[in-house]
Amino acid sequence: MLSRTADHLYWMARYTERAENIARLLDVTYRMSLQMHGSSGGYWGAALGITGLEVGYKAKYGDEISAANVVRFMGVDFDNPSSLLASLRSARENCHAVRGTVTSEVWETINTTWLEARNSASQLTHESVQGSELTKYFEWVKFRSHLSRGVTVGTMLQDVAFHFIRLGTFLERADNTARILDVKYDELAPEESNANEYYEWGALLRSVSAFEIYRKVYRDVITPNRVAELLILREDMPRSLHACLREVHQILGLVANSRSSETQRLAGLAYSRLRYARIDDILEVGLHGYLTEFLDGIATLGNGIAQDFLVPMA
Amino acid sequence: MPPKMKNIFDEMDLPADGVRSHYAIYKDWLAGMPSAEIAQKRAEADSAFHRYGITFAVYGEEAGTERLIPFDIVPRIIPASEWRMLETGLKQRVAALNAFVHDIYSAQRIVKAGLIPAEQVFCNAQYRPEMQDVAVRNNLYALIAGIDIVRAALPGAGADAAEYFVLEDNLRVPSGVSYMLEDRRMMMRLFPELFGRYGVAPVEHYPDLLLDTLRQAAPSGSDDPTVVVLTPGAYNSAYFEHAFLAQQMGVELVEGQDLFVHDETLFMRTTQGPKRVDVIYRRIDDDFLDPLAFRRDSTLGVAGLLSVYRAGRVSIANAVGTGVADDKSIYPYVPDMIRFYLSQEPIIANVPTYQCRKADELGYVLANMAQLVVKETHGAGGYGMLVGPASTSAEIEDFKLRVKAAPDKYIAQPTLALSACPTFVEAGIAPRHIDLRPFVLSGKEVRMAPGGLTRVALKEGSLVVNSSQGGGTKDTWVLES
Repeated sequence: MLSRTADHLYWMARYTERAENIARLLDVTYRMSLQMHGSSGGYWGAALGITGLEVGYKAKYGDEISAANVVRFMGVDFDNPSSLLASLRSARENCHAVRGTVTSEVWETINTTWLEARNSASQLTHESVQGSELTKYFEWVKFRSHLSRGVTVGTMLQDVAFHFIRLGTFLERADNTARILDVKYDELAPEESNANEYYEWGALLRSVSAFEIYRKVYRDVITPNRVAELLILREDMPRSLHACLREVHQILGLVANSRSSETQRLAGLAYSRLRYARIDDILEVGLHGYLTEFLDGIATLGNGIAQDFLVPMA
Repeated sequence: MPPKMKNIFDEMDLPADGVRSHYAIYKDWLAGMPSAEIAQKRAEADSAFHRYGITFAVYGEEAGTERLIPFDIVPRIIPASEWRMLETGLKQRVAALNAFVHDIYSAQRIVKAGLIPAEQVFCNAQYRPEMQDVAVRNNLYALIAGIDIVRAALPGAGADAAEYFVLEDNLRVPSGVSYMLEDRRMMMRLFPELFGRYGVAPVEHYPDLLLDTLRQAAPSGSDDPTVVVLTPGAYNSAYFEHAFLAQQMGVELVEGQDLFVHDETLFMRTTQGPKRVDVIYRRIDDDFLDPLAFRRDSTLGVAGLLSVYRAGRVSIANAVGTGVADDKSIYPYVPDMIRFYLSQEPIIANVPTYQCRKADELGYVLANMAQLVVKETHGAGGYGMLVGPASTSAEIEDFKLRVKAAPDKYIAQPTLALSACPTFVEAGIAPRHIDLRPFVLSGKEVRMAPGGLTRVALKEGSLVVNSSQGGGTKDTWVLES
């Protein structure tokens, strides 16, 4: 497979996954802000923090953090290259560049998602936007992402092209799950108990489609430590760090080349650490520190993948 | 009933009352279709083309602007007997054109015989001295040719004396074949019942023929040649077609940056390291192929490609320098080429052409410009041409100055009354002028998919069918019997 083609496929998948995760994040932030009467700036600020966008936001909208402006900036602003809409556009542009490599069903799905998202985005920025419309839009983005993933798995030959798409999906997902967990855990120190805590952790679980999974697995009240365990260490939880790194490690084995041994080693190391870790040990060291290190590791893996496969020197 | 155009050959209707026999079933069927259903089918086609992203970019508009080429649901139907004539004539013409290019880059017999003036060939911007005596596989240069055909009556003749003419030979990077294939797919999806009533010759195997043609061109010794399609990139106006053909053939779609030359060999950069490339189906002009040989500012090509090519270690389709044969100033000589190389009479005639470089013909062109179509010899895509009868006298006077300043750059032809085919327009169904671009593939044998791209000028009275000038397309049905 051409390196440039692999690069487009990988980023198409990353941007598709990213758009879904922004929709999840904005959705959960919105739901949580409904619990708070009065100031909900904290949640919206945290949403910016997760994605590292405070600086860009403040440069454009000033220091005041308002729900409407955060939705605009993270949802539909093209000045923010990581906004939901900009991500869908990047996914579409990357797919367009390799439309001959993916099946026509994949191309049609991703192209239609972008065309329809663009057409209905204006409703998000309308001053009198209703919460129910926001929720509907985010639900729609998630649904389209499920469709993209489904059409990829359901129609594509499981060759190198498929592997690079999946590699992008899982690397991006690992990054996003770690960020969501990090900010919430940081913000909601486990010791402080208040009436909202149950809802906040519930909303966090819902944002990664894990609320029902939590109930099924633990059959008990929601505690922050179990949430952390579920999202970091559960092998069978599809958005956990463990599950994502297992896929990344396995896929790297399938596409390996003569240059990629160090990247494979790093992926194997990251995977093993998740596979054999205990949540108590992680919490003892400190979750924030742990997740920061994990995110650095993901960034290093991303660079390794780029250098080994996507933009090689001659 | 659609209105009739005066003195124009109508592909469906007879001049008086009645319908041509090969359209009878279709016309019956159309009369029985409720207009609401037709409208719904047309909307369906539009939305499907958008969803597939079957679009083209228009130069000069905002970057990244993509438009649909309008698709018309009334097919252009060609009876089997007419197609047999066209097919034989086109194969003959392309065989002669290939013989000509080979001759120009080897013995130059046709020039020595005095049939074509030397300056017409060697001063031509598309002539590539680098190609002199370079061995080209099977001596075939134009592996893929798109020949533009019109049906028209010459001025003075009655409409029903209309016959087929070759209007233009496209031998560099002819485009449009993807629309031929997509239009067929769309018609079969919208109106499957019609294909039960007509025996329409299939065209879907074109990508197989193309791949086979390209593989045959591989340098000798490559048993399982690697073929790639070379595109200028996703912002090129014909990018959809590049991606489509690569996908249909199951080969890589590459850009210049994906390729490099090492050790007299062409490679592409893959996730498994360098992989050798044997055949390039290039969709960029000669000028951009190799910055070391041609335009130094080109970022679309591959440095060193020409030297690998000249050494016979990679094949390029169409061959470098093929453009020398598709220039409009060479066009008037094609009938002579057929006689010279094949000792045959041309089966499909050229449109009568005045060469402005000849003093007496220039005089005629200047005196009669209001009745003529004047074209730049290097122009393409409907740019840089004047349609006399559709122009104001100020435009004509202005164009005369341009022609006088550089007569070598212009040819002129009578304004042909192109045949018309009923077409859906805002006001309903009305006849619109059409042409036809069949595609001819040259390998061990010369092969064609029966049909081609029918382009239609959607503006009333317009003769310009190019998509960049507001033309649309129709499915082309060659009948099996």
